[in-house]
Amino acid sequence: MKKLATLVVAGAMAATPALADLVIPDLSYRTGPFAAGGIPFSDGYQDYFTLLNERDGGIGGVPVRVIECETAYNTERGVECYESTKGEGALVYQPLSTGITYQLIPRATADGIPLHTMGYGRTSAANGDVFSHVFNYPANYWDAASVIVNQLLEENDGDMSGQTIALLYHNSAYGREPIRTLETLSEMHGFNLSLIAVDSPGQEQGNQWLQIRRERPDYVVMWGWGVMNQVAIQEAINIRFPMENFIGNWWAGADHDVAQAGADAAGYRALNMNRLGDMPVFAEIQQHVIDAGLAAGDGTNLGAVLYTRGMYAAMLAAEAIRVAQEIHGVADITPAMMRDGMEALEMTNARMEELGMPGIGPEFAVSCEDHGGTGMAIMTQWNGSEWVTLTDFVAPDDSVTQPLVLEDSAQFAAENNITPQCTSS
Amino acid sequence: MFYREAGDFKTSYTADNQTFPIAFDRYGYFLVLLVGLGVVPFIINDYWANSILIPFLIYAIAAIGLNILTGYCGQVSLGTGGFMAVGAYTSYKLMTAFPWMDMVTITLLSGVMTAMVGLAFGLPSLRIKGFYLAVATLAAQFFLVWMFNKVPWFYNYSASGQISAPERTLFGYAVTGPNAESWVKYVFCFILVFVLAWAARNLTRGSIGRQWMAIRDMDIAAEIIGVNPMRAKLTAFAVSSFYVGIAGALLFTVYLGAVEVGEAYGILKSFLVLFMIIIGGLGSIFGSFIGAAFMVILPVVLRNVMSDGLGWDTALATHFEFAIVGALIMFFLIVEPHGLARLWSLAKEKLRRWPFPY
Repeated sequence: MKKLATLVVAGAMAATPALADLVIPDLSYRTGPFAAGGIPFSDGYQDYFTLLNERDGGIGGVPVRVIECETAYNTERGVECYESTKGEGALVYQPLSTGITYQLIPRATADGIPLHTMGYGRTSAANGDVFSHVFNYPANYWDAASVIVNQLLEENDGDMSGQTIALLYHNSAYGREPIRTLETLSEMHGFNLSLIAVDSPGQEQGNQWLQIRRERPDYVVMWGWGVMNQVAIQEAINIRFPMENFIGNWWAGADHDVAQAGADAAGYRALNMNRLGDMPVFAEIQQHVIDAGLAAGDGTNLGAVLYTRGMYAAMLAAEAIRVAQEIHGVADITPAMMRDGMEALEMTNARMEELGMPGIGPEFAVSCEDHGGTGMAIMTQWNGSEWVTLTDFVAPDDSVTQPLVLEDSAQFAAENNITPQCTSS
Repeated sequence: MFYREAGDFKTSYTADNQTFPIAFDRYGYFLVLLVGLGVVPFIINDYWANSILIPFLIYAIAAIGLNILTGYCGQVSLGTGGFMAVGAYTSYKLMTAFPWMDMVTITLLSGVMTAMVGLAFGLPSLRIKGFYLAVATLAAQFFLVWMFNKVPWFYNYSASGQISAPERTLFGYAVTGPNAESWVKYVFCFILVFVLAWAARNLTRGSIGRQWMAIRDMDIAAEIIGVNPMRAKLTAFAVSSFYVGIAGALLFTVYLGAVEVGEAYGILKSFLVLFMIIIGGLGSIFGSFIGAAFMVILPVVLRNVMSDGLGWDTALATHFEFAIVGALIMFFLIVEPHGLARLWSLAKEKLRRWPFPY
């Protein structure tokens, strides 16, 4: 009831013509087979902006107004959400869906609104020369594939020839993204790559795991999301696949993915682009947002893997707004200024410490050419009751991913007659 | 009072057979065309075009297509999504292989290609019918989606398997791509819908349409009176797939711009279009339009009312939207199992007899 009341008040406040405000649409999904991942991310994303409003009075004195729109991970609804919110002066879109990202890249570019697809979306958007309004820092899928292989190489003393890696992937644009990189890497390092697709949403994986059982790959790498992750982990337990050789990417390593299997899933590893564990900022969110009854969700997700990532995404957006305000000397910025801010963003350890989230991500600087960040990621492991960080930030092999990025973005530029934006510099 | 035949004298066979025999209807129809082409393009904004009108027009084409097959010829099909994908991928291949080609040609060729594929998958209908045919078309759905995922040639070997529509123009105006103006896209779809609906109406009341309906009502009897079942069924499949293919092509080129086959043209799309014609009315062109409106516009309206108007939580609003649309479907089908088009024609009957309807 209290929540409903605050929502009504919030709705009434949103309906009145606001003074200066920074509009951030949140294309979330709290329904459907992918809601398990969508809810904590959206909670973290919104709560951080609420914290800034409550504690600091917004960013640079201007309050942030978050507009939530439900997409259910469906591209058509994503487009509708985009069209219905862009007129409000939206500064940046964060759709949390590779499919919706592909829809929005041309539209947002034409409308001059930046898109931040953090660790998902179109990998080659890292080439800012071609994709002027798309940013995918701090890391992308091809980095993730490369980091996983680097990690495995290290465990195998640098030699993986003759070994087999099976890629279990969500049969969509999202799941297919890493294939090209893994193929290149398999030629380079001599391991065999077996591709196993799981059709969305992924509740049925009997055949796929039968194949894994028959082929006995040395490692299974998973590009999964939503309900697919839980099912895959359960199936791996059922066929007694050694869990420490089962590695998820950063969208397949959240608390809810392993919670159901619990101790049986101990040993399962997953990549992460942000650090886990307690941070000073959580106490502030608890105090200013959750205890004040302003939380986007029910407040139980605080500190969860995807909550932290959503908060990290919000922090990067807020920092970009701050940079944009500094560059242009205006507090109430426009989407075009926001783009400049994102392109000039620089994250340092000192700044992250200052914000109450020490070392949450790697240090990186965005430039006109490089919209992708460093691509570093950490490896985490589920010990049966919580996620444990195994490594520090591991770097990808840029010599592999960079040519692929250039090749794919050149193809996009040719298909769409795009002239590089950074040639003057 | 105004809605009656009295005083409106038909002096020729053509006049007697016109689609809108009542003057009031006829003027209404011309008014819709006038507003649709003369007023709406000047006041339309991005939201109305991209979220409501363009999807409505595109789904109306798909619903007319499926209605020809299922409503007029009685052949149940669950392959609509797959056939729409054929249209989309054909137009993608044409757009990227022949950049000089204009959008009308591309769209029509996509329809022709889909008609040929539909013809091939229509062959089983010569031997099986009813639920068994539904299963055969279901196989088409899964096979086509699988094929577009499996063969990289269809998506030009892109890394993610997504296809995205490059910018193509018609008379110097961009119709596809991000720089296309909403009104151009809207007018393009509107004219196609008008032409296709007009053609469908005239096909279904002509000799081919009568053959289809004869097959639908009783295929053995139809065969005895001289209808060639092979010809009738295969033309129904071809014409229906032509429409569905055009809808699929437009969904990709004009509306979405980038498409992932498993999601955009999955089995759910087949069901969506099937629901449209069941709710709108089987065997009615007008029913295809109201069915499409019901399934496309109603959820958007509900969403706007609940989350923007009432300020509800977005998740709650989405769950309610499912429940309300579902309840309305049940309500309308209980009140009128023949669909909304039948309710509409009953209302017209009553109006004709006003003020003493019975």
